[in-house]
Amino acid sequence: MTTRAFGEPIQRLEDPRLLTGQGRFLDDIGHGALAAAFVRSPHAHARIVSIDVTDAVDVDGLVAIYTHEDLDGRAGEPLPLLIPHAALTHGRTAYALAKDEVNHVGEPIAMVVATDRYVAEDVCARIRVEYDFLPPVVGIEAARDGELLVHEDVPGNVAAHMVQSRGDAVAAIEAAPHVLELDLAIERSASTPLEGKGVHARWDADDASLRVYTSTQASTSVRAALAARLELPPDRVEVIAPDVGGGFGVKIVHPWPEEVLVPWAAIRLGREVKWAEDRREHFVGAAHERGQLQHVRVGFDDDGRLLGLDVTVWHDNGAYTPYGIIVPIITTTQLLGPYKPGAYRAEFFSLYTNTVTVTPYRGAGRPQGCFAMERTMDAVAAYLGLDRTVVRERNFIRPDEMPYDHGLIFQDGRPLIYDSGDYPATLEKLKKLVGWDEFEAFRDEARAAGRRVGIGLACYVEGTGVGPYEGGWVKVETDGSVVAATGLTTQGQGHKTVFAQVVAAELGVPVDRVTVTTGDTRRFGYAVGTFASRAAVMSGNALATAARKVRDKALRIAGEALEADPRDLEIVDGVVRVVGSPSGAPGGSIPLATVAVLANPLRYAFDREAERATQFGGPVDYSKPPVAEGESPGLEDTGYYSPPRSTFANGMHAAIVETDPDTAEITILRYCVVHDCGTLINPRLVEGQIHGGVAQGVGGALYERMVYDDAGQLLNASFMDFLMPYSTEVPFIETDHLETPSPLNPLGVKGAGEAGVIPGSAVLASAISDAEGFAITRMPISPSDLFSLRLARESR
Amino acid sequence: MKPAGFAYHRPATVDDAVAVLAEVSPAGKVLAGGQSLVPLLNMRLAAPEHLVDINRLTELAYVRVDGDEVTVGALARHADVEHDDAAYAVLPLLRDTLEHVAHPTIRNRGTTVGSIAHADPAGELTAVLTLLGGTATLRSMRGERTVAAADFFTGPLTTCADADELVTSVTFPVPEGRTGAVWTEVARRHGDYAVCGTGVVVTLDDDLRVAGARSAYVSMGPEPAVLDLTDAVAGAMYDDADWAAAGRLAAGRLEPDDDIHATAAYRSHLAEVLTARAAGDAARRAAVA
Repeated sequence: MTTRAFGEPIQRLEDPRLLTGQGRFLDDIGHGALAAAFVRSPHAHARIVSIDVTDAVDVDGLVAIYTHEDLDGRAGEPLPLLIPHAALTHGRTAYALAKDEVNHVGEPIAMVVATDRYVAEDVCARIRVEYDFLPPVVGIEAARDGELLVHEDVPGNVAAHMVQSRGDAVAAIEAAPHVLELDLAIERSASTPLEGKGVHARWDADDASLRVYTSTQASTSVRAALAARLELPPDRVEVIAPDVGGGFGVKIVHPWPEEVLVPWAAIRLGREVKWAEDRREHFVGAAHERGQLQHVRVGFDDDGRLLGLDVTVWHDNGAYTPYGIIVPIITTTQLLGPYKPGAYRAEFFSLYTNTVTVTPYRGAGRPQGCFAMERTMDAVAAYLGLDRTVVRERNFIRPDEMPYDHGLIFQDGRPLIYDSGDYPATLEKLKKLVGWDEFEAFRDEARAAGRRVGIGLACYVEGTGVGPYEGGWVKVETDGSVVAATGLTTQGQGHKTVFAQVVAAELGVPVDRVTVTTGDTRRFGYAVGTFASRAAVMSGNALATAARKVRDKALRIAGEALEADPRDLEIVDGVVRVVGSPSGAPGGSIPLATVAVLANPLRYAFDREAERATQFGGPVDYSKPPVAEGESPGLEDTGYYSPPRSTFANGMHAAIVETDPDTAEITILRYCVVHDCGTLINPRLVEGQIHGGVAQGVGGALYERMVYDDAGQLLNASFMDFLMPYSTEVPFIETDHLETPSPLNPLGVKGAGEAGVIPGSAVLASAISDAEGFAITRMPISPSDLFSLRLARESR
Repeated sequence: MKPAGFAYHRPATVDDAVAVLAEVSPAGKVLAGGQSLVPLLNMRLAAPEHLVDINRLTELAYVRVDGDEVTVGALARHADVEHDDAAYAVLPLLRDTLEHVAHPTIRNRGTTVGSIAHADPAGELTAVLTLLGGTATLRSMRGERTVAAADFFTGPLTTCADADELVTSVTFPVPEGRTGAVWTEVARRHGDYAVCGTGVVVTLDDDLRVAGARSAYVSMGPEPAVLDLTDAVAGAMYDDADWAAAGRLAAGRLEPDDDIHATAAYRSHLAEVLTARAAGDAARRAAVA
């Protein structure tokens, strides 16, 4: 394998293990553990009158039943509000087990621990909960009306109200030659990773320590939260994310009720306890996202330049706000995309409903913002009779305007300043890729054959690599292999491959000599987590820094051994040598493995290699201590990366769709992506991220919705009725890349994880509108919806 | 999503199976491929006290072509029926329809007879059995009986089978005369239950004029019903018949419901469009038959 690792489309190092069934996911751990199951509210809004366990207590195999009143100390307090914000005036979080009131179907009320999950579920079925029903608030309109309240002490159901502006958008719109207004809607969807949540906890009474495995995106933060909740010294708590079968945002929230309760019970019982979420639980007991109503007012000139843009968003935050108001903040800031309206005002209301809590799902508010902006661009183009690409081009921020300051505050609390990007070039590439200028000929041809086709596009900018920091640790072992660790977690993206590439490139070793550990607090204790397309930017740069330090140390030690100036040395294929000298030249090179041995002077030899580092192992310079001043033993080091602010990736998608004139079926004929996430560490993995994102974008646009009835029951809480797209529904994806390096970090990288999903609804709404000849304003859209829209237009 | 407790029986012969069913009746439930039953058990929507697993009844693992009919044993998997070349030769409609039933992995496990005994109004094979005027054969300790499809399905997820009876086979008759048959459907995703699906059989006379047309549907009512569309197209040349009229006739007779995937109005519209399309295709097939 080549040492030219960085930038190469190498295969994922994870795959041989995962594809041969060697993965260790949460439910693969702890086969002897007791099983937990939960009694969850079947009602959307109710007061709990009583909980009767009479029929349940004599079930064979039952170990314990817990309700809120059993939760002692801080375990019984409301769960933390992870990201407070001044505008979040009425933040509310749930208890780990409901106390007095339930606010959505699925809220946990009692925990049952039994010998196995079958018994635990038998017990759950025998626990009788008596409720006093309260009227449920379902849907954004009902929440906005404010007639019925989710939380009786939250007037109007408003958790947060926030306005950001640049310039006087209202006045600019008033003065504009043309004004349009749009009412838009996006429905709920969800992360729906194939592996749900899950927790396994083991209390070691002799060691007074707790080990928790959890299917999380933030193991260090779970550790901090658990230590606080369970009142344990943080050093006595280990949290490990094993193989995680997808997260997509839902697993960044922590601690989930179950993450507190399972360890709490394990300590109390002195037994291993495990809970693996099932699919129905995940639908009603985890989190959703996306649901928003939007109103757009836009003023523009004859050329389509936006003079003023005023957007109001009503955001459905569900029953609680454990993750704060990150999603609507991102919607209202990232809405701007690659454009620079003359003045901008964005207002949002984050509203409670008696439905599953809303927290970030891949894209995290960006798909909604992109939808609002891109629907607006299409509306302006249609109004003026201009080509949709022309209107967009005229509103782009130009490359020479970078860095571009929008004068707003982004989700990381820092200024919304774009670092780099070439939007006109991206659009040119996209037009060429999809054949934008040749489409009318195709449309005519299709029309002649009785077919109806349309083309659409959508542009986005994505703030990635959100701080505050990540760290990395790199060590060269005495056999020349390299181990590295970073604290953030991985959920299947291929981070271990990418990080190995970064480390291998810095150290001059083959990629397959590098093994990376993620998300294990035993290996790296300082970390934030994996979200916001940040892992490659944050941990990538941190690991590069750590590896560079190790390299410098290796060259210092090798320089002494070779009696050469470290500046004249290089590391190639794991061998330190004088620059340009052929490897194997006598006295001119030393293997990195040997340097690692020399870096750790030993008293005791445990093998032949180690003998060389013992006190009688070789020539010694008696004038110096065995470990030089300022050095530490071993060939290892730690590095951190903390960015001044986010780095902004961008991309543009185009789609060609066919809508059946008779059945209203919607088929994607082509889907094209041009993407710029700065310097590419591994083009194959970036492409994989885009494909996965596009699949979820297509899902959100054409298939997925959370169907709540008026009583707050989720009617499609299964994969039979929640229509996640199969491979048969995801189109072939044509991609092209631009590489505009970020000036903010040494590697020049930007995040890529969420990009693919962001413009899904926007681009498909654009293409369907184009095919049908009328504007689509609500997404997702099903054939039945399209049929209804056609009927409504015909009867007009 | 773990099932409630049940007693598990795994008989080795049909005789043993019906003996167990008689013994535990009415608390027994037959497990074949499990593609519908196991999810119902796991979600505790069904909690039978006794589960009678017939996966060892290899004597029922057959697809038999007998002149003008295809008989499918209770342990034949969908995939067995789908890939049976002899069955395809006499009744291509079976394979054409089975390709719409879920996905290959499900068809490898699920049984055609099990799907029919489950009587899901969205199940394609229930509609095909009814469309072709097929029969189901039931065995119990009390004896064996053969029931016409029209009498077999008594409502959504219910059949005339008694609790001690095992559906041992179903028989699909090959339509008589110069016929063509087509299955078509619209589903939200590939392999999903159809929003609307229809099978149509068109019969032509020797002059290639339409002598008969009938259709059956999934997801368009509580149980499969056969519609006679002949009136709309009788006597017309196969390539000149007013299939749209046949579609309208069909849609007028169906009363679908709204659900979370489609409105009733959309379903009716689909029934009209799909009936016309399938009937036209079936007529063209009949013409070259």
